[in-house]
Amino acid sequence: MDTLTGWGRLPEPGRELLDEDFETLTRGAVLSRGLGRSYGDSSLPANASDRVANSRFANRIIAFDQSTGVLRAEAGLTLVNLVRLMLPRGWFPPVVPGTKFVTLGGMVASDVHGKNHHREGCFGAHVRALRVRLADDRIVECSRESDADLFDGCLGGMGLLGHILEVEFAMHRIPSPWIWMERERVSDIQAFLESIATAAPQWPMTMGWIDCVKRGKGMGRGLLMAGRWATTEEAPTRHPGSPHEITMPMELPNWALNRTTTGFFNAGIFWGHVRNRASATMAPERFFFPLDAILEWNRAYGPRGFTQYQCVVPRAAGPPAVYEFMKRLTTLGAASPLCVIKDCGPEGRGVLSFPLEGTSIAVDMPVSADIQRVVNGLNEFIISVGGRVYLTKDRFTTAEHFRAMEPRLPQFQALRAKWDPTGRLRSAQSRRLFGDKA
Amino acid sequence: MKAVVFGGTAGIGRAVAQRLAARGDLVFLLGYDEASLARSAADLMARHPQQARVQWALCDMESPSGFAAALDAADVALGNFDAAIVTAAMFATQAELEADVELTRRLTTVNFANTVTFCEHARKRLLTHGGGWLTVVSSVAGDRGRKPVAIYGASKSGVSTYLEALDHKFRAAGLWVLCVKPGFVKTAMTANLKVPPFAGQPDAVARDIVSAMDRKRPLIYTPGIWRLVMLVIKHLPRFVMRKIEF
Repeated sequence: MDTLTGWGRLPEPGRELLDEDFETLTRGAVLSRGLGRSYGDSSLPANASDRVANSRFANRIIAFDQSTGVLRAEAGLTLVNLVRLMLPRGWFPPVVPGTKFVTLGGMVASDVHGKNHHREGCFGAHVRALRVRLADDRIVECSRESDADLFDGCLGGMGLLGHILEVEFAMHRIPSPWIWMERERVSDIQAFLESIATAAPQWPMTMGWIDCVKRGKGMGRGLLMAGRWATTEEAPTRHPGSPHEITMPMELPNWALNRTTTGFFNAGIFWGHVRNRASATMAPERFFFPLDAILEWNRAYGPRGFTQYQCVVPRAAGPPAVYEFMKRLTTLGAASPLCVIKDCGPEGRGVLSFPLEGTSIAVDMPVSADIQRVVNGLNEFIISVGGRVYLTKDRFTTAEHFRAMEPRLPQFQALRAKWDPTGRLRSAQSRRLFGDKA
Repeated sequence: MKAVVFGGTAGIGRAVAQRLAARGDLVFLLGYDEASLARSAADLMARHPQQARVQWALCDMESPSGFAAALDAADVALGNFDAAIVTAAMFATQAELEADVELTRRLTTVNFANTVTFCEHARKRLLTHGGGWLTVVSSVAGDRGRKPVAIYGASKSGVSTYLEALDHKFRAAGLWVLCVKPGFVKTAMTANLKVPPFAGQPDAVARDIVSAMDRKRPLIYTPGIWRLVMLVIKHLPRFVMRKIEF
């Protein structure tokens, strides 16, 4: 039986079609996908027999305007390809997620956010136009001016309103191909939130890594990183080049990442940074995509697979809510080597787009017999403070919890009823969360 | 290099065109789909600012009557090309071919008769221009008669034999013939097949092809491991070949 998987490596039966001519490929398709980097079931078919179109081979740049930075490309163009092409020419995408192994189509469908969300919003805020294949096989060009409701729905719409064929957006001019970065060691979650709040107005990019295995005093200790593009004076004269990448040579056994090894790993990272404060120039790929240095790192979780729980705690709920979330996380025993905190700015125009003003927390967890209970427990808390989860990472949220955390769902479903009246477009995730038929 | 790439809009051909364009060689695309040619040419120009104007012409491997005109267009656009690269070809599984005799006729015609016809047009022009590269993508499938590629492999075997003879005959005249034998490469052509061990990526295959052209090699296997794999397969006795399914 053929299967497809997301980054979390939990398979669903199905197969995908690949071709340079993605436009023709999407005719009659019910779902499209790119590099399969969404963690859960967003890019997996609801049915083994569903026609799934993969955009990977459709990666041509259609136009690039050297004077304005406006770029239009086919949906399968990858971020790694784009970054390596444009960095030497003095351009960088306005918003990038934590991995460079994503396609433009995926960046739109997930309305990705990055370390600069508090300044630049989501990727969708920089998209000018989309070419979309609708469920009835028509092709439309939409933007803020034309079919704006479809445009807004596609931003963060998980590909459920149409297949994204082409994306037009504005690249940013950068003063140098290097990042100026400052790193600070932070002793606990309280201090963390204060530091990130202080850093936000001064730095265009911020993010934090926290040790979520550590309990009690020192819970939420970690490293805060802030960055901006280096000026021509600060930047080394050489080009940063492409970082050295190694591939995870094999799948590790299920027990390899556990509470103890994760604890050692985290303490190592925390104490490994000797000074409390450091600053330096850094290659952008290392700064934006640190985990990409190990290709196929998802194999470290073993054959059981893993998921990521990413949620946002609204600013209104305040630091106590974040503190409470961390406490729940540690009591639920969700050991994770990776726990990332980000500061989110105001909600964008994407109808189902994830970020809202507040603090975003992302934790990796191996799949275990207990996982549903852990996710339910965290979701109950997130619902109580008015937050929500990121669909691109999700695999275990229940339909009931999703409805409770997503007041925008009726609006999105109305858009689907308008643009896909027969309900053709669907995914394993939409079946699970939106109640789509299989 | 001033290269005509027949099949430069997809798969290995597109990856070769990208490599050449990136290092400043001139590229002219041939293919049967006008929209795809225009897009691929625009992509080469957008990615590589030194490529001021990438041109193309329609050319269909199923219509040999158009070969001469397409190569004339390339000669005009590039100012006498000095490299012809052929990646255009057909593929079908053995099951599909066995079920459809007309498909068998088309595939063997395209992959052998028409490919050789195109190469003859290109060879004559290259020799008139004082020599150059004739690079054709054949396949490891042509190295041994094997069950799953009986017909496709035979069409490729013919091409490999033809290219070998061309090298023997015209190298002294300055024609660098390169027969490329890819193993399994992950392109749209193979998207429906089960991925075997040692599968290659189009970009790495393109790197090998361009480097072999630079070194004026007559034959390459790519990824390189396939040279060893085929060495073993070529020496398996018939009674073993009858038993196994690859």
